[in-house]
Amino acid sequence: MKTSLDRHSGGSLLMQSTRTKRRNAAETRFKLYGIAAIAVSLLMLMVLLTTIVSKGLGAYQQTFITLQVELLEKKLDKKGNRNLTDIKKVSTFGYAPLIKASITETVEELGIVTGLKAKQMAGILSKGAAAQLRDYVIANPGRIGDTVQFRFLATSRVDGYLKGRVSRSSIENDKSIAPEHLDLVDSLIEAGLIEKTFNIDFIIGADASDQRPEAAGMGVSILGSLSMVLVVLALALPIGVGASIYLEEFAPKNWVTDVIEVNISNLAAVPSIVFGILGLAVFINYMHLPMSAPLVGGLVLTLMTLPTIIISTRAALSAVPPSIRDAALGVGASPMQTVFHHVLPLAAPGILTGTIIGLAQALGETAPLLLIGMVGFVASNAPDSIASGLLSPNSAMPAQIYEWAKRADPAFYERAWGGIILLLLFLVSMNLVAVILRRRFERRW
Amino acid sequence: MPTFWLIACLFLMSAAGFILGRYRAVLSTGGEVRKLHSLPSYYGYNVALSTLLPALAALALWSILQPLVIDARVSGMISTDMNSENTSAELMMSDVQRVSEGLNIAVARNEMTNEEIRVMDADTVDLRSRLADLGIALGSEVRPEILTAARQHQDMTHAGRLMMTIVVVLLAIVGFARSYGLTDKDFRARNVVERCVFALLALAASLAILTTVGIVFSMLFETISFFGLHSWKDFFLGTTWAPNFRGDSELSILPLLWGTIYISLIALLVAVPIGLYAAIYLSEYASSSTRSFAKPLLEILAGIPTIVYGLFALLTVGPMLVRIFGRGSEGLLGLTWMTGATSVLTAGLVMGIMLIPFVSSLSDDIINAVPQSMRDASLGLGATKSETVRQVVIPAALPGIVGAVLLAASRAIGETMIVVMGAGAIAKFSTNPLEAMTTITTRIVSQLTGDTDFASPETLVAFALGLSLFVLTLGLNILALAIVRTYREQYD
Amino acid sequence: MNDMTLTERNVDIKDIKIAASNVQVHYGETHAIKDVNVSIEDKTVTAFIGPSGCGKSTFLRCLNRMNDTIQTCSVKGNILLDGEDIYDKRVDVVQLRAKVGMVFQKPNPFPKSIYDNVAYGPKIHGMARGKSELDEIVEKALRRAAIWEEVKDRLNAPGTGLSGGQQQRLCIARAVATEPEVLLMDEPCSALDPIATAQVEELIDELRQRFSVVIVTHSMQQAARVSQKTAFFHLGSLVEFGETGQIFTNPNDPRTESYITGRIG
Repeated sequence: MKTSLDRHSGGSLLMQSTRTKRRNAAETRFKLYGIAAIAVSLLMLMVLLTTIVSKGLGAYQQTFITLQVELLEKKLDKKGNRNLTDIKKVSTFGYAPLIKASITETVEELGIVTGLKAKQMAGILSKGAAAQLRDYVIANPGRIGDTVQFRFLATSRVDGYLKGRVSRSSIENDKSIAPEHLDLVDSLIEAGLIEKTFNIDFIIGADASDQRPEAAGMGVSILGSLSMVLVVLALALPIGVGASIYLEEFAPKNWVTDVIEVNISNLAAVPSIVFGILGLAVFINYMHLPMSAPLVGGLVLTLMTLPTIIISTRAALSAVPPSIRDAALGVGASPMQTVFHHVLPLAAPGILTGTIIGLAQALGETAPLLLIGMVGFVASNAPDSIASGLLSPNSAMPAQIYEWAKRADPAFYERAWGGIILLLLFLVSMNLVAVILRRRFERRW
Repeated sequence: MPTFWLIACLFLMSAAGFILGRYRAVLSTGGEVRKLHSLPSYYGYNVALSTLLPALAALALWSILQPLVIDARVSGMISTDMNSENTSAELMMSDVQRVSEGLNIAVARNEMTNEEIRVMDADTVDLRSRLADLGIALGSEVRPEILTAARQHQDMTHAGRLMMTIVVVLLAIVGFARSYGLTDKDFRARNVVERCVFALLALAASLAILTTVGIVFSMLFETISFFGLHSWKDFFLGTTWAPNFRGDSELSILPLLWGTIYISLIALLVAVPIGLYAAIYLSEYASSSTRSFAKPLLEILAGIPTIVYGLFALLTVGPMLVRIFGRGSEGLLGLTWMTGATSVLTAGLVMGIMLIPFVSSLSDDIINAVPQSMRDASLGLGATKSETVRQVVIPAALPGIVGAVLLAASRAIGETMIVVMGAGAIAKFSTNPLEAMTTITTRIVSQLTGDTDFASPETLVAFALGLSLFVLTLGLNILALAIVRTYREQYD
Repeated sequence: MNDMTLTERNVDIKDIKIAASNVQVHYGETHAIKDVNVSIEDKTVTAFIGPSGCGKSTFLRCLNRMNDTIQTCSVKGNILLDGEDIYDKRVDVVQLRAKVGMVFQKPNPFPKSIYDNVAYGPKIHGMARGKSELDEIVEKALRRAAIWEEVKDRLNAPGTGLSGGQQQRLCIARAVATEPEVLLMDEPCSALDPIATAQVEELIDELRQRFSVVIVTHSMQQAARVSQKTAFFHLGSLVEFGETGQIFTNPNDPRTESYITGRIG
């Protein structure tokens, strides 16, 4: 016996036995694994967030080219009577020469030497420049004949050059831009005609076609997302609260209730894409609701977020102590009055918090939206009324990001990252509201 | 939109009912409110609900049943008319629906009039191109019998809608009249209203079941029609996934399942050790200040939408892996193992990062459920903390941790955006994690987006895949929840 | 049977095993132990008695540094085990706890087999060279805890399947298996019925042959039955410490007398 005792406890407490040393080394190693695990996770978070910010912030700045354009009457309004229908007959092709003339003149004035022809020089401007000019003229027919100063979007290549994404070596195989263009851009920057400024259009503007990444914005898809979230709020909150009240306060303890409860906890873990299939089959194929409509997206997301809302609402309801119910019932309130007058108001902060978190989940969800057609087109028209906001095809923020990520031009990737910043800002502010609600109104019983 | 106006009308009637019912109740006592059985507003609610609910229920039921009835009758007409044709009745039915829908849109946009449609002759009018101008693509030229059927379909739909409106409004009026007549000082309005509210609450709760039923049936019917067009043997036992729209597709779930499982496995290999060690460190070692700082940060990872992870996989992790394992002499290791950014490893790694907080928060709960007395007993015997964790806490928590891992696996299998963007589109059996592979969810997305024809096996297979995915994840969840529940009961 | 009857005890002078002086314990703001001085003799049963919340369990947990697991707890003063300060920075708590074992209030067997429960301590301390030696240690510990006869046929059954009294004796067996020099028992009988309590008390008396035993108890009768020395704690202070017989028959402090006669506590 003495021998085995010696091995662990013989001798002084102040001296570590070899075995203890070994065990303590194992202890330290184990603890290090834990720290490493935390460090790796946090590192991933940092990498993710810095990637998003470093790649996405560029989308909030855009390169503009300032040019003086002479709105020649003989091109825009041949009859000279400022008749709007006649002016509208001039297509964007009719405006292109004005831009060419303007850029040639500017280059000559500044004394810039370039090997580019006028038409090639106009290649540093966005393809939407002519349309911008035309819109202006139609809005202000009185300015025909004047020389007006315009700020045109530069193409995504020029924009990328100013942001460091495009360089002379990276465009070797690029047909849409040549090194001479970049020389021209350098001279124009020196002259102060090209500059990078904050790009509000990215936040409020509409999506643009494949050819014009520089003009694409999140605005319309934000509206789409908001309409969907409104639908979710309008449906999931009452239904979720109703279901929770029933299950928590009134449901008899029988197998039907058990089935419902098991069902809800399982629905919470059903892959979101399955809800998309459900939406496609039921809302679109069977009920013939319009494809790509935020209403359908909202319905699908409602079904998806209901379990989340029900689970958190039930937690909030069951946190209200039974003594409150006893007190209300004791003065002769009916069970229904007890719930609606006392329990529900006391549980409201918890319910709201859960609902906001459910809405945030709905806002960030993409997969089901792919199936009901909220991607694959250019969301270029902002809805003009509530009904069209719900029923006309639109995109949603995550769907818009996915759409950009799929396009071939790398200029769209910057937009996608920028869109993610916007999406995360929405999510963060929703979660902040939830945290504040919880802090302000949380009651400990 | 007439349905919208109908609903608005119902709500208006119901609001009027509230005011009238309340007024009549008060009147019946001669202004002496205390003589009423219930509070006056309950009489108002009673009338309002009696006006609204039956009418709304009828509206909902009618909207669901009408397409069923009409489709059945029209398809009955087609199949009796044209047994000679070898096209399936379902295919024709979908044509009829599209034409009918197209005609509706055309009328709504004032491109055609109802009279024009009634006298239209399919052989003389090029309906296909006219509808194509309106954005409705048809698969083939409109045959006369289809146009006739479409016209029938449309007529019946119009008639049905008219009838529905009449019935709904009638129901609202009857409901109003009945409850208004019943309103009297001795009428137990509160009890009636409360019963009504109770029924509504129960209805809300049963929506969960309805959703599940909806999920199962919406996929089941399409899956059955898929197996009508494609052999189930190929689906479950075949080895190739090669859809093509010529009609000789090989559609087997097995290669997709392999990709799904392989990617999920890599994700779990990343997430389980990191998540578990993080949970152990946070619950057993970390000071409360470390915990209050690290836990919310970990939860941020969980709150990030999957589209962000997808983009991260596609644009950051994928190219990074290519730089390490590919590009030959230009790469970091001079290897040429990897060519494209999408691969099993790309998707698996990123999905693993996504699952870390999921695993760690579940394991944290489970480790905390192990009673402190267990730890005390072990520490009291002179065990180190790590010995306590490894030999006492983890074995005691093992069932719960297994449950958590199963839940994470179910998450990984059902995850869509990361694999859509990071995994690739090639279905094959391969063990090389640097190759692109595809999963069940990515195939569902690709078969159901773009131009889809709901009568072809290439589209319908998505529903069979969806049902398989649903069954797979549901099974994992039920198993995991059962394990976790019995585990928790052990220490309650 | 009179519970208060005191057994005859040989009152030899024994070695001091643990000497505690000026011990102060704080839980955050709360001052839980105030200036306690106690000497615990070898091969003796020392009982800590006192009303609930008086600090006796807290003090007990200081003796093998189980309080280290509570973050807000801080211990000041000297506690010497065989002349060595157990709160010295160089002390390894693992070695300390191997010398000073502990049995807890509620029986807390691991969810493992009976055999693995007892073998756990010897295994982590590397006390057995092989399977047969381990078997020997387990059997000896179970015999010492007077539970061998009851469990020898089902050593592979889970420890959680035993009755409350058996579980507690299993926990004692688990504690003695590591051959500690001091055994701390924190109200070991509070969750047991009278028969199981009697069995455990009998066991404690036997354990005295080899170990120094410190027992915290709520029951004065139990203290009188099993201990040779008794310490009375009140509101975090040590009120009186002395021979059990003397404390129970002729206390020096009026507070001790009030407690023993049932007026406080």
